Amino acid sequence: MSVLAVANLRAYYMTNAFGVARAVRAVDDVSLTVGRNEIYGLAGESSCGKSTLIRTIAAATHPPLRVVGGSVTFDFGGRRVDMLAGDVGDIRWRHLSYIMQASMSVLNPVRRVRQSFIDFAHRHIGGPMPEFLATVRAHLERLHLQPEVLDAYPHELSGGMRQRVTIALATVCRPDFIIADEPTSALDVVVQKAVLTMIREIRRDIGSSLLFVTHDLAVHANLCDRLGVMYAGRLVEEGPTADLLHAPRHPYTMHLVAGLPRIGDAAPKPDLPGAPPNLADPPTGCRFHPRCPLAMDICRQEAPAMLGDRHRVACFAVS
Amino acid sequence: MTIESTNRPPLLELCDVGRVYVSGGLLNRRRVRAVHGVGFTLDAGMPEILAIIGESGSGKTTLARMILNIIPPSSGGVRFRGRPLHSHARLDLIRQVQPIFQNPFEAFNPLTRVERYLHATARRFAAGDAWHHIGAALQRVGLSAAEVRGRFPHELSGGQLQRIAIARALIPSPALLVADEPVSMVDASLRMSIVKLFAELRDRLGMSIIYITHDLATAYTISDRIVVMRQGSVVESGAARAVLDSPQHPYTRLLKSAVLSI
Repeated sequence: MSVLAVANLRAYYMTNAFGVARAVRAVDDVSLTVGRNEIYGLAGESSCGKSTLIRTIAAATHPPLRVVGGSVTFDFGGRRVDMLAGDVGDIRWRHLSYIMQASMSVLNPVRRVRQSFIDFAHRHIGGPMPEFLATVRAHLERLHLQPEVLDAYPHELSGGMRQRVTIALATVCRPDFIIADEPTSALDVVVQKAVLTMIREIRRDIGSSLLFVTHDLAVHANLCDRLGVMYAGRLVEEGPTADLLHAPRHPYTMHLVAGLPRIGDAAPKPDLPGAPPNLADPPTGCRFHPRCPLAMDICRQEAPAMLGDRHRVACFAVS
Repeated sequence: MTIESTNRPPLLELCDVGRVYVSGGLLNRRRVRAVHGVGFTLDAGMPEILAIIGESGSGKTTLARMILNIIPPSSGGVRFRGRPLHSHARLDLIRQVQPIFQNPFEAFNPLTRVERYLHATARRFAAGDAWHHIGAALQRVGLSAAEVRGRFPHELSGGQLQRIAIARALIPSPALLVADEPVSMVDASLRMSIVKLFAELRDRLGMSIIYITHDLATAYTISDRIVVMRQGSVVESGAARAVLDSPQHPYTRLLKSAVLSI
């Protein structure tokens, strides 16, 4: 039973400046599903289309970003919502919420945290203000945050505390689905661990599903049930986290896993030649072929399909 | 130890360095001790990578700024080649101690072509043809002048920009690089290639590098010595592998236990 189903999604940035039409194919033919109460991790380098994908899933597309094909469907306990068609305003925050990376720019710097909670969540929860604030306090306590943070201004909180407040803000309406965009990337290791523990507790208490995006595979390994790896706008491999990290099959994933630094292992790590392609003019066939050690003739001509059952991979050399 | 190495003054010597920030007005003055009683020495003629690790707010960046002579210490002294920083000529010190900052997108002006930074550094610090020096420095970091010429920062990836920042720092042939969280804004897959570049600079060019980070795994891979800071003070220091393999101080153990692994 899946909460989110993305099928053959294509989202391009279409520009038409001075009569020169250009399409940056940031998300090309991506299909994935996220089950109920599951944490799905999305990994990949910057500019591989992760952020575009989650923006499309949250129906936050603005020109020049346009959805060219495919579908995004949510199933919130029997209520089916097609994210690409029409009005989705009433499901935001209530059913679908978003944890953002830059906690400093989420919270209004000149308003107390309490006011941010009222701005974001009051219209979704409703009811008289004292009752609403009691709900917020109870929620903060459940997340081991002092209710006093409500009286603080964002600049009075440390980076880790602000990020935890942002997470509390995203989960106060007990949403069915949470999208988390690099929530731990700006934090140091100690705070990162605390934030990940908090996210795990939220999943257990509220029963939400999560789409967790980060480039840090170590974070995925510790949090996610399933993992998808993106390269240059396409999903190249997907599978249960432990499977994918211990027995990667796509050459790109293999490189990512082999290149991870570890304490206790100072052996030199292999380098991948070249750089990620320009998505306005991606290579033909498999987009990884110019850098791939296993590239064959067919890789230059045809794009490989995602094959496999639970552990899917898009590569001619392995499937 | 040879006689020569004992006679030569150390490259960098920090002696009981402290820094206090004062904020507020006359009545509500607050003093924050950012760095307190830090001391270590980098020997001349023995290039090494010294990693400074610690959580945010532990005073790592303040320490880097004092070594770079951007802010003066409130107590103690920083000596470069045996003399206090302020007694060196400003330009001469810049030539020998070069910085690399955390976020390459903030280090470069978005409206300026990146070659201007390279060119300005080459004109000021390197004799002869500027483009010759730029080409050589870029080649060291795995880029070519053709890839960089005429480009604005937004046309380059974070990893490429950070390499250009390193190339710029190499043009004056410094004796010491101070890299403040150089890979925390760079993707995991490019992180290792930049970290490996530091080890190469140490081995090939004989540069000493102060590598400030909160990433223990990369510090383990490349650094020779490590200094662990907490709330402005050094809590543990020693050979990198030894410290991280068997940390003694509870804080170092906490840091190590917080590192996620696969």
